[in-house]
Amino acid sequence: MALLQVEGIKKSFGKTQVLKDISFSLEKGEVLAIIGSSGSGKTTLLRCLNFLETPNSGKISVNNTVLFDGDTKNNMTDSQIRKNRLHFGLVFQSFNLFPQYTAIENVMLAPKLHNKKLKNGANYKGLTKPGEIKALIREEALALLDKVGLSDKIDSYPCNLSGGQQQRVAIARALALNPDVLCFDEPTSALDPELTGEVLNVIRGLKSSDSTMIVVTHEIEFARDVADKIIFMSDGVIEEEGTPEEVIGNPRSPRTQAFLSRFNG
Amino acid sequence: MEEFLSVTGQLFTGFGENCFIFAITLLAALPLGLVVSLGSMSKFKPLKWLTKTFVWIIRGTPLMLQLFVVFYIPPLASQGGFAFDRMQAALIAFIINYAAYFSEIYRGGIESIPKGQYEAGYVLGMKRSQIFFNVVLLQVIKRITAPIGNEIITLVKDTSLASVIAIPEILMNAKDFSMVGLIWPLFYSALFFLAFCGILTLLFSFIEKKLDFYKG
Repeated sequence: MALLQVEGIKKSFGKTQVLKDISFSLEKGEVLAIIGSSGSGKTTLLRCLNFLETPNSGKISVNNTVLFDGDTKNNMTDSQIRKNRLHFGLVFQSFNLFPQYTAIENVMLAPKLHNKKLKNGANYKGLTKPGEIKALIREEALALLDKVGLSDKIDSYPCNLSGGQQQRVAIARALALNPDVLCFDEPTSALDPELTGEVLNVIRGLKSSDSTMIVVTHEIEFARDVADKIIFMSDGVIEEEGTPEEVIGNPRSPRTQAFLSRFNG
Repeated sequence: MEEFLSVTGQLFTGFGENCFIFAITLLAALPLGLVVSLGSMSKFKPLKWLTKTFVWIIRGTPLMLQLFVVFYIPPLASQGGFAFDRMQAALIAFIINYAAYFSEIYRGGIESIPKGQYEAGYVLGMKRSQIFFNVVLLQVIKRITAPIGNEIITLVKDTSLASVIAIPEILMNAKDFSMVGLIWPLFYSALFFLAFCGILTLLFSFIEKKLDFYKG
């Protein structure tokens, strides 16, 4: 059974239907790249997965647990939604780091808040003492910043980091909560061309048997290179789906062909 | 010399009233303004429009008139049955007036925080209140320090308006001296305001420097 199962997601804003019946599934450790022109619904799909938008109908399940069901969406409590969100991480196009916190504080904030009031008997990875938990959270944050190549910038504020560095902090921040599926929403679109490489390399480096990722991107070469599976979206539907060789190498749909021809010049 | 000392004493006594009104107004209006701003940003339309109308009326009429209304209307309406004393009336008028102005500054500050900050908090599983206190609040404070400082400095001088309902504040005392031929106490009283506002200016530039550790 797939790690992530998305069935029949529909989403409209007013009269505009942005997502028309989206279904796909993703295995653990797979990287899915979603490509398509602006306005095709890629970002909305990611926002639905992260519960920033509520789909009108459809079903989202992770590890065979239904997290969202269009039929019962009105019964979801805030705390349920918050819990569901933790299955997903999201890296934004515009980073959205918290400007008043240093790099490491950005990474540590959410884990610290989630473990602030441990109820009796609860523990954080076997620890129950606040001091030890805090030390462990910091250790993990350091390891994550090291992973994204920023161990020399841990105490820098976002305003003193380049766009590429900020986005790498944002990736570490999202990883700190160990999401089942890490989503990237055009992670390099707000960056100068010379900075996109460092961010793409970090994402490439995250690829492993137990990290499952969805990357919405305009970097076709990157998608071909890193993804196990590609979805081409157009007008709110999945126009074509398959391996990079299939979708990028030999696209069948005329729309995919037209879209890709713009990249191949 | 004796005259100078007695004038100084009188003006100090009067300035005490100004400082009292200033302090109580700030203590009450700063938090009350936050409540009003939440009302004006409410998604519940009737509350939103009620609050907006309130702010419009308070900002759209002179503070002097509001002082008259709070002091004179209750006894007139109750035919002498109920009245605030002068200081109570002054405090009520000042607090309501300044809460309305503060609320608009807060609203501007809160609405200027990009949506992405909230969304970043949400996807990290934070509660609304956690986002407000841990992410948004300090950014709002940084953004509103200058306009709030401006408003607070205006309040220092506005406290003199309390003289219209015969509160013996500093300008009223200075004016009383002019009635008996002494003009200089009026100018002397300006030094009190200048000194007070000077201290506030220093205080606010200190706060701004403290919040300067990050940009954005």
